Amino acid sequence: MTLFEVMDILNARLLVGRKFLNTEVKTAFSADLLSDVLAYARPGSVLLTGLTNPQVVRTASVLDIAAIILVRGKIPPAETLRLGEELDVPIMATHYILFESSGRLFSHGIVGCIQKVGTDEIVSL
Amino acid sequence: MSLKYDGKFSVRGGDFKEAGKVAVEIKGILKKFGIDAEILRRVAIVAYEAEVNIISYAKLGKIHLQVHPERIVMDVEDEGPGIEDIELAMRPGYSTASELIRELGFGAGMGLVNIKHCADEFKITSMVNQGTRLRIIIHVPAR
Repeated sequence: MTLFEVMDILNARLLVGRKFLNTEVKTAFSADLLSDVLAYARPGSVLLTGLTNPQVVRTASVLDIAAIILVRGKIPPAETLRLGEELDVPIMATHYILFESSGRLFSHGIVGCIQKVGTDEIVSL
Repeated sequence: MSLKYDGKFSVRGGDFKEAGKVAVEIKGILKKFGIDAEILRRVAIVAYEAEVNIISYAKLGKIHLQVHPERIVMDVEDEGPGIEDIELAMRPGYSTASELIRELGFGAGMGLVNIKHCADEFKITSMVNQGTRLRIIIHVPAR
């Protein structure tokens, strides 16, 4: 689905990156631990997180994440948005909690980057 | 074969706000060499974790990046407390991180594990009260 559809499903507000709304996404990763994101997130996924600091944007940029979805109604600091613009990382915000956001995307066909750790079993698309 | 890039990036301990900056910069530099996206990601993940480790634990450190046609070498050196038990530090989930680091979303005890996972060759040496050195080599497959 496109980021536009993701936004619609999560009733999310776009904060950065209007020009990327037609990007297609198939996978997602949800976490509040950036080390875990660095370890397991796959390129082209959406990243759902409650963290709002600039490090989230840097992490997303390094991993070629398609978009950051800030959950639980968090409002990011200006620095985070500025960095999103600078590094071309779309950012959207939803009031749904992490579990609910993940579940809604999953029920619309978005799958996890990996199903469990300790195996190299990456979901084939 | 000739060296394509040779650069050093210094990282200041305690500079939490800046965490990730060097990783983003390194990725930008490597992009210019047309390096495969997956290799680029691995280098950037290593740089990010190394950077966070220096910021979290050391006074000062640097990441020395060398891009050769067939491999990328990263030497990470810091002036810090060192690691007493490397085996323990390499265990997934083991961490001595402060609350400050955890607030940023790091300090989950995955840093060195991630670095090793991304590396084709990985070496760590550490001296208590002096510092830690890492050498990471990532092979660049011939195209």
